[in-house]
Amino acid sequence: MQRIGVFVCHCGTNIAATVDVKAVAAALANEPGVVISQDYQYMCSESGQDLVKASIKEHNLTGVVVCSCSPRMHENTFRKAAASAGLNPYLVEIANIREQCSWIHKEIASATDKAIVLGKAAIAKVHLNTPLTAGESPVVKRALVIGGGIAGIQTALDIAEAGFEVDIVEKEPTIGGKMAQIDKTFPTLDCAACILTPKMVEAAQNEKITIHSFSEISDVKGFVGNFTVTIKKKARYVDETKCTGCGLCTEKCPMKKVPNEFNMGLDNRTAVYIPFAQAVPKVASIDPNYCLMLKNGKCGICSKVCSVGAIDYKQTDRFVEQKYGAIVVATGFNPIKPDKYDEFAYSWCPDVVTSLELERLMNAAGPNGGTLLRPSDKKHPHTIVFVQCVGSRCDDEKGKPYCSKICCMYTAKHAMLIREKYPDTEVYVFYIDVRTPGKNFDEFYRRAVEQYGVHYIKGMVGKVNPKSDGKIDVQASDLLTNEQLHIDADMVVLATAIEPDKTARPLATMLTTQMDTNDFFTEAHPKLRPVESATAGIFLSGACQGPKDIPETVAQASAAAAKAIGLLCKNSITCNPCVAHSDEMMCNGCSSCEKVCPYGAITYENKEFRMPDRTTAIRRVASVNPAVCQGCGACTVACPSGAMDLNGFSNSQIMSEVDAICK
Amino acid sequence: MQETMIKRAKELLADGTVNRVMGWKKGEFAYDSSPAVFESAEELERDFVCDDFTQANLSKYLIKESRKDGKILAFLKPCDTYSFNQLLNEHRIIRENVYVIGIPGGPKLDVEKIKAKGINGITGVSKDGFTLKIETLYGTETMPYYEAVSEKCSNCKSKLHVEYDELIGDEGTILNSKRFEMVEKLENMTAQERYDFWQGELSKCIRCNACRNVCPACTCENCVFDNPKSGIAQKAAADSFEEQMYHIIRAFHVAGRCTDCGECTRVCPVNIPLHLLNRKFIKDINSFYGEFQAGADRTTKCPLTDYDVNDCEPSIVHERGVE
Repeated sequence: MQRIGVFVCHCGTNIAATVDVKAVAAALANEPGVVISQDYQYMCSESGQDLVKASIKEHNLTGVVVCSCSPRMHENTFRKAAASAGLNPYLVEIANIREQCSWIHKEIASATDKAIVLGKAAIAKVHLNTPLTAGESPVVKRALVIGGGIAGIQTALDIAEAGFEVDIVEKEPTIGGKMAQIDKTFPTLDCAACILTPKMVEAAQNEKITIHSFSEISDVKGFVGNFTVTIKKKARYVDETKCTGCGLCTEKCPMKKVPNEFNMGLDNRTAVYIPFAQAVPKVASIDPNYCLMLKNGKCGICSKVCSVGAIDYKQTDRFVEQKYGAIVVATGFNPIKPDKYDEFAYSWCPDVVTSLELERLMNAAGPNGGTLLRPSDKKHPHTIVFVQCVGSRCDDEKGKPYCSKICCMYTAKHAMLIREKYPDTEVYVFYIDVRTPGKNFDEFYRRAVEQYGVHYIKGMVGKVNPKSDGKIDVQASDLLTNEQLHIDADMVVLATAIEPDKTARPLATMLTTQMDTNDFFTEAHPKLRPVESATAGIFLSGACQGPKDIPETVAQASAAAAKAIGLLCKNSITCNPCVAHSDEMMCNGCSSCEKVCPYGAITYENKEFRMPDRTTAIRRVASVNPAVCQGCGACTVACPSGAMDLNGFSNSQIMSEVDAICK
Repeated sequence: MQETMIKRAKELLADGTVNRVMGWKKGEFAYDSSPAVFESAEELERDFVCDDFTQANLSKYLIKESRKDGKILAFLKPCDTYSFNQLLNEHRIIRENVYVIGIPGGPKLDVEKIKAKGINGITGVSKDGFTLKIETLYGTETMPYYEAVSEKCSNCKSKLHVEYDELIGDEGTILNSKRFEMVEKLENMTAQERYDFWQGELSKCIRCNACRNVCPACTCENCVFDNPKSGIAQKAAADSFEEQMYHIIRAFHVAGRCTDCGECTRVCPVNIPLHLLNRKFIKDINSFYGEFQAGADRTTKCPLTDYDVNDCEPSIVHERGVE
């Protein structure tokens, strides 16, 4: 006979304000098998746990139901409490009467009814609970960092520093990411390359770090501590091990009209190219979309001039498989293309540029060698208008609902740099709000206004109208003086919103992690677990989780590294005992479960069986490797015969919960 | 054709390629042949039949037969080869133990449709243009040929043999069938009309289990309807909705694996158009995930147990609405 204890938590007023907890405890006391039912103000507190422990001993309980918050919060707390009182921790069930009840209902009567039903379902389930014992699985002492921007580099360096092997997978031919394209950094105005490139070199030189540049993740299998990842090394038609990065091929390449993505297409590169001088690895790549040899089979000049014979036109994509204990996602961001905003004339006026394009126009390695010139006629601009929040804080389909966070600061930086270098240039900044929280940030912005005389105007630009004389008429409203303005500008700079990289969504699918509606990765807890994803063993670094500036990115990158190191330090991790198992007498051997298993936990064997008709038959039956199974339950749903079942969430347990709710 | 088949079967028995032959056996009447295994030339000569009434899909029997000693010869019609392939995909049939001869398919005839014309005492049929000539104990009768064609053959999806070791006749091609016409009609009904249609049909069910027993997708070692642990085993229907439960559960169980062979409808003693439930699933799978034919090949994964990033979101069900 079951002896079940029910414990209803008030959670202060979180539950008790909407749910009549005393009525819940009283109603559940009448359920079959329940020997004690009581309520308490904070069940998760030390004294609340003591109450549970004392009841287990006093009433010799065989099962415990705690009606409280989500099992994500305190299931572990109560399992441990039960274990310390001598009850198997898997005989504890949580009825979530907070997130799924008190927080979403307003009426006390209906919320109380629902809490009782949820409690009844948990009691019905605990009747069928069985004691489970957790096993252990080893941890592979190697980490994978996806993305080689400043976030990925910092994470990799920190993990390597702790003594673990790290692989960086970067989709571009070089690591460095967006920071490599930036000219100067706020709020100190030091050169981005000067602080980034030492880190890039450090990563390349570190013996513990392997960089897979021009590579992508093509498959992820496994689980925390034991991921198996297939890395696709895209063909760059240059042997990485031979190329010395001398650059002779790039000088001789006859195909010189390829838009240079590193300079945002503002100048051209050759078909065989090294993205920029400090690229890591400094290895040439051939762009198959433009290479005459790869397209038409005619040319071969780079191959002739290469003294080490590194050019290989026959190279194909290669696949490398590697095991990892932890994975850090650092896929970063991209500015949106403002071509949907016809009012800003970006698509047809070359002198309307984005902020990242301006970074390149001002950079010494940029198209103009560091002199700020208009893209259209290469003349020095005398009036520049900055437009803030292009696509940010936007409530329509064209833009993003969120604040991109970094634009206020980099625009202040741009304005200040331009006024410093070209004092004859007038700079206007149109803003909705200026948001500068951060150490030394507001001081920085005030310096732009007060010391450098940048004209900050609260208001939005309504229309950007390129005129035939080369000037640009910027029509805007000044909300503080309530005036309509027309500014005769030479250049317009759009502070475009940033969005997660397009590779993030398919990656999230492979990693079985969650994303929000904007495709930013979702952290396990917005306040308390900001660098972990909800999937164990997957950590988040940098702007893939939300808009961030460099200091924040680096801080989060190191935090993600610390979490990964914490995992890699362990020799083994406790497995989840809620794993699937197959009833061999029912199994058809059809492979449905094997096909849906994301962890490769299911294998088949031919076994001899004594059949009901007293014959002996060899049958193909499934068997689950409990060390690999993660208890997702996909197999139990796919199994046509119902042979697959999940410990702790058996088909009969789920059905009895449903029955209890429907009764 | 029957003679060619018997001749070839005898050859394969004689040279030891196979030790058994799976085909159809003559019944008491001209139209009630049934699947059977033959072990000798004499048995073949005496009982083997392949005519206008040999509709039964033989592939399901090969699950057990392919596990016995020696190799078995199976004569498969095009539609049967789809079921055969699907069972191979599910590792239910041991391919090495089966020698498949592909034979031309239908159209086969449904004797019930002939009897419905008041024609009894049938001793044989023959086709004469668009007319079916029926010999009976009481003289010769005629009826339009197409009116006697069985349901499964009148909406034939394919005459292609997708798996065989040798062929009698040609390989055949996939047909442009109108098999979803009736499903579309049902879809265009209101929810109430549709409910009434199915309630009317399914309440005829006598739970004889013939549809399940004949279905090549229903091959579980222990069927949920026979498993007391499943909670739905052999329950007498408590209300009119439970009359639907059996068939709805069965349609879900075979979804993505049903090749649309039509055997369920053929064997139903109370003439429930069960194939329409399965066809609805097939039509939905086609529209959600792109064209998919279960059993068409040995490599394509069923979209219901495979994931692709381009798969439709579950919200499509909500967006499409219930009507």
